[in-house]
Amino acid sequence: MSRSSRRNPGTALVVGATGDIGRAIARRLGRDGWELQLAARDPSQLKAEAQDLHLRGISVSAHECDVLKEDGGVSLIDALPATPDVAVCTVGVLGDQSDAETDWRAAERVMRTNYLGPALLMGALANRFEQRGHGTLVGISSIAGERGRRSNYAYGSAKSGFTSFLSGLRSRLWRSGVHVVTVKPGYVRTRMTDHLELPALLTAEPEDVAEAIARAIRKRRDVVFVGRLWRPVAFVVRAMPESIFKRISL
Amino acid sequence: MRATHLSGWGRYPIRECRVATLRREEQLADWSQTKTLIARGNGRSYGDAALNPELTLSMLARDRLLAFDSSRGVLSCEAGVLLADLLRVYAPQGWFPPVVPGTADVTVGGMIAADVHGKNHHRDGSFGAHVESFRLAGGNGDVLTCSREENLDLFRATLGGMGLTGVVLSACFRMCRIESEHVRTETLGTPDLDATMETLAASNDWRYSVAWLDGSAEGGNLGRGLVSRGDFATRDDLSGQSSAYRSRAPVSRQLPTPALLSGALNPASVRLFDALYNRVGRFRKGPRLVHHTSFFFPLDRLQRWNRLYGRRGFVQYQCVLPVSQSSRGLRAILERVATSDHIAYLAVLKLLGPQGEGMLSFPLSGYTLALDFPMRPGTLELLDSLDEITTAHGGRVYLAKDARCRPDHVQESYADLPSFVDVRQGATSGTREFSSVMSRRLGL
Repeated sequence: MSRSSRRNPGTALVVGATGDIGRAIARRLGRDGWELQLAARDPSQLKAEAQDLHLRGISVSAHECDVLKEDGGVSLIDALPATPDVAVCTVGVLGDQSDAETDWRAAERVMRTNYLGPALLMGALANRFEQRGHGTLVGISSIAGERGRRSNYAYGSAKSGFTSFLSGLRSRLWRSGVHVVTVKPGYVRTRMTDHLELPALLTAEPEDVAEAIARAIRKRRDVVFVGRLWRPVAFVVRAMPESIFKRISL
Repeated sequence: MRATHLSGWGRYPIRECRVATLRREEQLADWSQTKTLIARGNGRSYGDAALNPELTLSMLARDRLLAFDSSRGVLSCEAGVLLADLLRVYAPQGWFPPVVPGTADVTVGGMIAADVHGKNHHRDGSFGAHVESFRLAGGNGDVLTCSREENLDLFRATLGGMGLTGVVLSACFRMCRIESEHVRTETLGTPDLDATMETLAASNDWRYSVAWLDGSAEGGNLGRGLVSRGDFATRDDLSGQSSAYRSRAPVSRQLPTPALLSGALNPASVRLFDALYNRVGRFRKGPRLVHHTSFFFPLDRLQRWNRLYGRRGFVQYQCVLPVSQSSRGLRAILERVATSDHIAYLAVLKLLGPQGEGMLSFPLSGYTLALDFPMRPGTLELLDSLDEITTAHGGRVYLAKDARCRPDHVQESYADLPSFVDVRQGATSGTREFSSVMSRRLGL
């Protein structure tokens, strides 16, 4: 970390700040000198997280919110002490594909959590940022959104939707000075994947995601992957003809 | 939960373990069906202490700072907080952990479980001496606060108890004041073992002291080395120095250990290194000012340096012998190694202070010797013979480094073991027990 990066670069909102990736992002940005606004659902965890960051010498405020229940994030934004310069949305849930196939409520939960909630929130923030004329929105989508696969298409389709939403938003806002980053992590070792056996070479830690995001904000990247192998993997997955793709058990 | 191949820092032994990560305390109830488990910090104990095939519970996600009382310097944090993290946050504010081991990549929970000592043991005791209290989850899921006032037996059994009394969830301990982030240090070359021991004893006024032994020395030079001693620099020490010392030190980036170098250590390269290091060390005597990270954690610069030993891994033999027995015992150990066809790749000597409160804590008044050996045929037999020398001289081995010691040696040399066993049985009489590959190996 260079010394100059410790100067106060602004205020960053982290939504989903008590999850593994959200925590790593908050710590990373906090260390770089960002003032933080944390938003999460569980008040006791949110408080513990804010206290930890405070003890690390980071200015932080905590905001309880449920992105899925409320009004598309508007009440959260109104409750913030200031409109942030950067907003990172880490909200998401993997869910279980077979549950999603048999129980519409499970499918709905996956779709709402990975698409509807995050997209509406990003949209609401985008309007504020656009009025003001600057800001960076960071949405955490997934490599799973590149193409629907039989093993997790409920999740994948929601992430596809979020990826598309962010890409449209980016195109709409680029003249206004507002930047949109789409992050497409592959496997990340988090609570979401605790039960899975993940290939070591392709698996990132939450800190790697945080590092990729910090760099993407600094360099105004559009779409970032986490780990070098994922961009070619994504390319192959997208390029494969459907007649072959449908036969592959992925 | 997933199954994965795990080992300690020495990469011997390796066991397939089911691993889960503790994120919230309530999750402990999720594993109520599991009969046995062990908590694991950052995997820096060398041997099999943090392995349990049934369930190894990673504490790394429990890494929040909870409170800091800056009037008393008392920090409260979760057990998975890394020492490196504490140093990053508190050293610039003028606070330093009371005791640090040879690596900053350990967790607070691990420092309690191993009751780690540092270069200041002769002055400040082990880490446990500075712990005010901790919260411990026992076998029936109850969480107990343990301190010198409350649950004292459990407190004493858990310090150095290698995680066998329960899961340490959070801890409260005292930090100490430092005036700068630099250490004023000097290095003294010594010609043989007696001189090295004397120099260490004569360094008692220094807060930190340790000796590196030259593995290339033979015969009368056996035990020759470099004694390094230091104290945190005061503001006065720094005032005469260039401004570089007064600013935040440029902490050098960690270097990865290239895969190509896996197994790069061999007897020839080690002897060459030792001979060179010895020369260079004598040349730059000091006193010098160095940043605390390079004084305390020189090896941390090379990430995963344990890979240098290759796929078979390595074991560290660390023993302590009472002062009165140290000279003869240490000489016998070094000679035993010298006459074998093994060489120690790293040898470190340190004078420890009196025994602390932990029932299974390692330190006692005497000299502790740590020797790193690559695993190869005959290594284990050599270490068995070193155990005999250690036992004959009233000493014992450090469980946090151990991967191979026999049960009878540990039972003979840890006098408080019977009390430990009692307390542990009482504390974990519930539905499940805390055990590890190590505890089963040692019959604990």
